[in-house]
Amino acid sequence: MSILTYALHYEGEFNKNSLGAVSEGAKLAKELGGEAAAVVVGGDDLTDELCATLGQYGATKVYRAKAPEGLAQPVVDVMAKVIQDNGYKYALFGGGLLGFEIGAGLTARLGAGVTMEVTAVKAQDGKLVAERPILQDSAIVDVGYVDEPGIIIGRLNAFDIPEAGEGAAEVIDVDIQLEAHSTKAVMVQRGEQRGADVNIEDADILVAGGRGLGKPEGFELAEALAEALGGAVAATRAVVDAGWYPYAAQIGQTGKTVAPKLYLAAGISGAIQHKVGMQNSENIVAINKDPNAPIFEFSDLGIVGDLNKILPKLTDAVKAKKG
Amino acid sequence: MSTAPIEYPPPVDSATEFVGPPTDPADERIEVGVAIVGGGPAGLACAIRLTQLLAEEETLLESLGEVPIALVEKGKGPGSHLLSGAMMKPSAMQKLFPDLPEEDWPTYGPVEKDTLYLLPNGKRAIPLKPTPPPFRNHGNHVTSVAQLGRWLAQQAEDAGVYILGETAGAKLLVADGRVVGVRSGDKGRGRDGQPLSNFEPGSDLIAQATVLCEGTQGHLTGAAIRHFEIGSEDPQQWELGVKEVWEVEKPLDRVIHTMGWPLHFAAKYREFGGSFIYPMGEDKISLGLVVGLDYRDARFSVHDALQELKGHPLVADLLEGGKRVAWGAKTLPSGGYWARPRQLWAPGMILCGDGAGMLNVPTLKGVHYAMHSGMFAAEAIFERLKAGRMCDDLSNYTAKVESSEIEEDTYRSRNMRQPFAKGFLVGGAIANMMEISGGRFPGGRWATHDDATVDVFIGKERDYPKPDGKKTFDKLSSVFASGNATRDDAPNHIRIQEKVPLEVALMWQNMCPAQVYEVPDEELEAASANGNGKLDGKHEVKLQITPSNCVQCGAITAKGGRLTPPEGGDGPNYQAT
Amino acid sequence: MKICVLVKEVPDAAVEKRMDPNSKRLDRSGEKNLNPFDTHAIEAAMQIREGGAVDVDEIVAVTMGPESAFRALHKAVSLGADRSVHLTDEALAGSDVCATGYALGKVLESESPDLVLLGQQSDDGECYTIGAVVADHLKMPSLTQVIKIDVEGGKLRCERQAEYGYDTVDVELPAVISVGDAINEPRYPSLKAIMGAKKKQLDTKAAGDVGIEADRVGEQGSQTQVLSINPPPEKAGGEIIEDEDTNETVEKIVAWLDERKLLA
Repeated sequence: MSILTYALHYEGEFNKNSLGAVSEGAKLAKELGGEAAAVVVGGDDLTDELCATLGQYGATKVYRAKAPEGLAQPVVDVMAKVIQDNGYKYALFGGGLLGFEIGAGLTARLGAGVTMEVTAVKAQDGKLVAERPILQDSAIVDVGYVDEPGIIIGRLNAFDIPEAGEGAAEVIDVDIQLEAHSTKAVMVQRGEQRGADVNIEDADILVAGGRGLGKPEGFELAEALAEALGGAVAATRAVVDAGWYPYAAQIGQTGKTVAPKLYLAAGISGAIQHKVGMQNSENIVAINKDPNAPIFEFSDLGIVGDLNKILPKLTDAVKAKKG
Repeated sequence: MSTAPIEYPPPVDSATEFVGPPTDPADERIEVGVAIVGGGPAGLACAIRLTQLLAEEETLLESLGEVPIALVEKGKGPGSHLLSGAMMKPSAMQKLFPDLPEEDWPTYGPVEKDTLYLLPNGKRAIPLKPTPPPFRNHGNHVTSVAQLGRWLAQQAEDAGVYILGETAGAKLLVADGRVVGVRSGDKGRGRDGQPLSNFEPGSDLIAQATVLCEGTQGHLTGAAIRHFEIGSEDPQQWELGVKEVWEVEKPLDRVIHTMGWPLHFAAKYREFGGSFIYPMGEDKISLGLVVGLDYRDARFSVHDALQELKGHPLVADLLEGGKRVAWGAKTLPSGGYWARPRQLWAPGMILCGDGAGMLNVPTLKGVHYAMHSGMFAAEAIFERLKAGRMCDDLSNYTAKVESSEIEEDTYRSRNMRQPFAKGFLVGGAIANMMEISGGRFPGGRWATHDDATVDVFIGKERDYPKPDGKKTFDKLSSVFASGNATRDDAPNHIRIQEKVPLEVALMWQNMCPAQVYEVPDEELEAASANGNGKLDGKHEVKLQITPSNCVQCGAITAKGGRLTPPEGGDGPNYQAT
Repeated sequence: MKICVLVKEVPDAAVEKRMDPNSKRLDRSGEKNLNPFDTHAIEAAMQIREGGAVDVDEIVAVTMGPESAFRALHKAVSLGADRSVHLTDEALAGSDVCATGYALGKVLESESPDLVLLGQQSDDGECYTIGAVVADHLKMPSLTQVIKIDVEGGKLRCERQAEYGYDTVDVELPAVISVGDAINEPRYPSLKAIMGAKKKQLDTKAAGDVGIEADRVGEQGSQTQVLSINPPPEKAGGEIIEDEDTNETVEKIVAWLDERKLLA
């Protein structure tokens, strides 16, 4: 029972969600008594050395194909061929847009079952079972596969990347004849960075401000802390409504939904309308002077205290720590 | 120290602003036969009854054009904005669906047992036996009007009615002294009313007859009553009900009403009202608290009083192990017989249901009146059309209402609500005499009063329970439970003066079950800066208003503001209320 | 040019969604609505038509779903589609992503569109994938999560946010494109359009009508199987610090963040 993963690369480095998939694939393959391989697709920058580094994450083989980068359909062609030629039983993808597209394309090509937004995978009776949270994470379904191959698409950051190991993977070139339709989308420009303002949906760290900041100027404290942490500033509906902060930064039922690594809520009570927009954040820290604020019920670290005292000192301490 | 909210009237003149001639070019107007505004029990019963009457009249039906009957509903669809107890007398359903067995009705079946309790305090409950007649419900059906509305809408649609959800009736179209239709609300305006990129203006809907079935605090109904000067000399009054639906572990085997605690019924507070607890099948119960809006203490909050009520052992026991699945709020007209509009029609237009004040206050019942009046409207219009006449004189509608149970019941209880302005005990005694005397005593005409004319004062801080998110809930999470997901930049549909004395501002803040009005902390501080640590009720404060929270209960219109319809589709999306 | 827009009826956001413990599928009873993301796809089609860079002869709304799904089609038509197609068949109930994509591919094949548009995700959970599945069946190029479409020289120039920033991609027609909600602000239907929607052509098709092989759809044609539905793991209660000495508090916060590698 071997597992095939896809490793996305850009400017000479592999994507961290892809490395998560490779590591997870290797771990699961071991449990199933098989091995994990990775597919890489691109141009000359996919050197032997670079490809072999996937061995450090547990891949035994790396299938390398020359084809356009950053688009899904050429990868579907390559992976379908590798699976068919070598009998891989599962295809595993880390979170991210391409993983969804490639996984979906393979589903159609191979008539295979697919599970997406997967947060964990387990080996059970010699087969893989994917865990997928549903209904705003209020339940988790265990999904099994009727037949092989099975396709598993992870949620962003679902899979851990253990410290890199020693091994080098064997690099195998795949000669691929792309399907006609796979050549009809052409990348014109890739990875364009737009504007200086951070998109709060993408930020790893968010400092969110609510009415507890007291006045519009209170956001200066939040902005300073966000800058020190290397994150962006978000806001609740109440303060957006009151005109303290722009709508683009609003989190919640009628604003944006975010799931950063750190969500630091400053002066936010934690009404359900806000909670639904941020409850999937990895770490939630709340600072509020009201010890009864609902936000403390779903925060990982709660501080009952005065923002005006805590935020400036915290900003300084974070700066000092980061050097 | 006290102020009457009426001293701060809303900046609006409904008779001119919401009434006017059609404005779309003649060839762009949408022509329908009969236009119905409001997809509640009244409007839907009207629509269905019309289809029944027209079923045998092919030529007449054809003469009404491509769209013989159109119904506009401001919520997402019929039912979205509907909320009631709801205990329904079966007479209207029997008339509208004579061949449908009662067990196939969209209800939780008829009531078999009921008990009225007096709650002297937060611990004890004294059953009043025998149950006084207004609280006897044998044979009545418990239902959810949100579900009843959806069911009726399905019947109407199957019969060929055009149901236009997400469409507010914004303006009553009047030309040459007769109602010629209704204009739908604009969509895609910003917070300050400015057209956004996807702005879509409303349309003129031209009809031979227009039936206003808008329910409590009807937007066009209010404007029409002013425009045609058909109101009663006695002002309408309202009560505000907040209710929750709970999934419970053990079935409730009877209908419960309570009076007394946690309301302060002394004349100083005048909190007239009570609670209802109805079984909804085996696994759900409907629980609500209804209080007259002529109460006086700005600290009082119906929503929070309902949360408090759930702590009473009588109620707590019923909810044990349960889970709240729905929440909502609505006003109901309680002016009764005397406050009903003097004339129930104008040329080309008919008023029905709650909008026309058709509600029996002592028994808390209006769903069947709404349906009956809707059917009468259908019959009255049909008679005129069938005779080949214009719908200018619709006095035949009044005649039908006046010879019906609506008239009989409400006349009988005509003076029952008013005495409660004297406090609960005196009022209760007089109302009881009225019941015992079969409506003969007290005689005469007891005046109603406008809720907004009642002085409000800032009482002692209330000790409402702290919401725990399990048994007791804050207002915002309740708004969430109502299904309200109104976009934040929707235009403000609430007309009030934003700078008012603190006692009025606090009253609005606490009254509103949906946290639309808030007195900002700094304003509160400024109002208590007089040195003695007490709040200065006369100090004028500026309110912060969040109209997107609004669940369209209508309380603000009773208490000194004016609610207008939101953008079509906004507001709550009630499923089980 | 003919554009097909895939639409879907989903439980209304106000309805509390739950799983049916017997079928282990989403309980779809209760109020339903047109998937909000699909309204962006319809709007995108309308803007291509109104943009004038290409002649759009027809916009066809296509859905697969139970009988009640005609309402989603009415809504789609009121928003601008010219007519609609409803694929409905008992045999399709319980189809997973693989089977659904196959069935949709078949019904689309019968329409021979030049462009298929759809919303990138739906409120009921089938996210981001259907577009790419359908595209592979139709042998068409495809992009998902697109936030801008321009028609240039008979091709589509699309933009989207991918792993490393914004990508601009040229796509030849025919193609399948799924769109995000940032692509446009859908219009509101006019009252006339809502009333007219009932009268527009709606073709109802059964699985056999479009050549769907019965054993490839429905529960038996599905390749995945929900084994169990479990509650999420209980989240441990958070740590609470009462701020007495702010310097100490801040020290604790920094240590906590550092422990979780959030200060890297």
